[in-house]
Amino acid sequence: MADIPGIAGADHASTSDTHAGHGTYASYLTGFGLSLLLTAIAFAVVMVPMVSRTATILVVAGVGLVQICVQNFFFMHLNHRSERWNFISFFFTVLIIAIVVGGSLWIMYQLNANMMG
Amino acid sequence: MQLEIQRPGEYSMRAKSAHAHNDDRESTSTTVFGFWIYLMTDAMLFATIFATYAVIFTNTAGGDGPGQIFELPFVAVETFLLLVSSTTYGFAMIAARAEKRTATLVWLGLTFALGAGFLAMELHEFGGLIAEGNGPARSAFLSGFFTLVGTHGLHVAAGLVWIAVMVGQVVAFGFSETIMRRLMCLSLFWHFLDVVWICVFSIVYLLGVILNG
Repeated sequence: MADIPGIAGADHASTSDTHAGHGTYASYLTGFGLSLLLTAIAFAVVMVPMVSRTATILVVAGVGLVQICVQNFFFMHLNHRSERWNFISFFFTVLIIAIVVGGSLWIMYQLNANMMG
Repeated sequence: MQLEIQRPGEYSMRAKSAHAHNDDRESTSTTVFGFWIYLMTDAMLFATIFATYAVIFTNTAGGDGPGQIFELPFVAVETFLLLVSSTTYGFAMIAARAEKRTATLVWLGLTFALGAGFLAMELHEFGGLIAEGNGPARSAFLSGFFTLVGTHGLHVAAGLVWIAVMVGQVVAFGFSETIMRRLMCLSLFWHFLDVVWICVFSIVYLLGVILNG
């Protein structure tokens, strides 16, 4: 099918780099290994308290965020070669999530402190 | 869609079949992008439920809080099952691209089994909580907990039905463009559920135990 040089060839090159693009055994296993490590760290710092409460919270949140990036990259193939609109819609979603979650917490805990405190 | 770039003299059979193939591919990338947009809206749905949970989780109405009712080793096993299932789905996609039917079916079957194991553990946890009198009606915290974790569980259940349907379709139809398109959408869905679960175990279980232990 792709034996027409130029047209079909170029088209194939662009579609093979989409977000649903092609993982390999190595890339999936890398994603799996990193996720496993990050999950283990998160559970370990909570189940075997080693550092202060604040540090524990920061570690859990930090490795969680890193693991989301790891899985987006290795499992969902969201990277700089993804189709432009996948990337743009992803960052738009991150923005909305930040506003919804951050805004709710800010307003509700402020109200709680002001009205009930 | 490719008509504009066809020049006179190129209307051979070869050009026509390539044309049809390009249309197919274009429809696949449009469908997968549309499914991606659905996942982004689903992420926003989860964000609102997470926000609700984060606002109300300290309100235990004199009952048990996260520190009393969550068993972290149990949650670690659930997390492990879902993570492995995400990886085995990746292997199923590799096998499907190589058009290896048996390997695809084995990996899909394994993914289904691991997902079903995860869901069984979650239902076991829910059943135990309800039996102890910690059902969703007990407190704002437990309402939020059951809504959030239950919504994720419902998605996993839908994913399991979808995997079962795709096993049937691969057996019946092999690896046509349509089947590959559906497998691709399902792969995004399944990986997405694992990403949401990272937020669930980090925020609900781990931070819950630290903040309200």
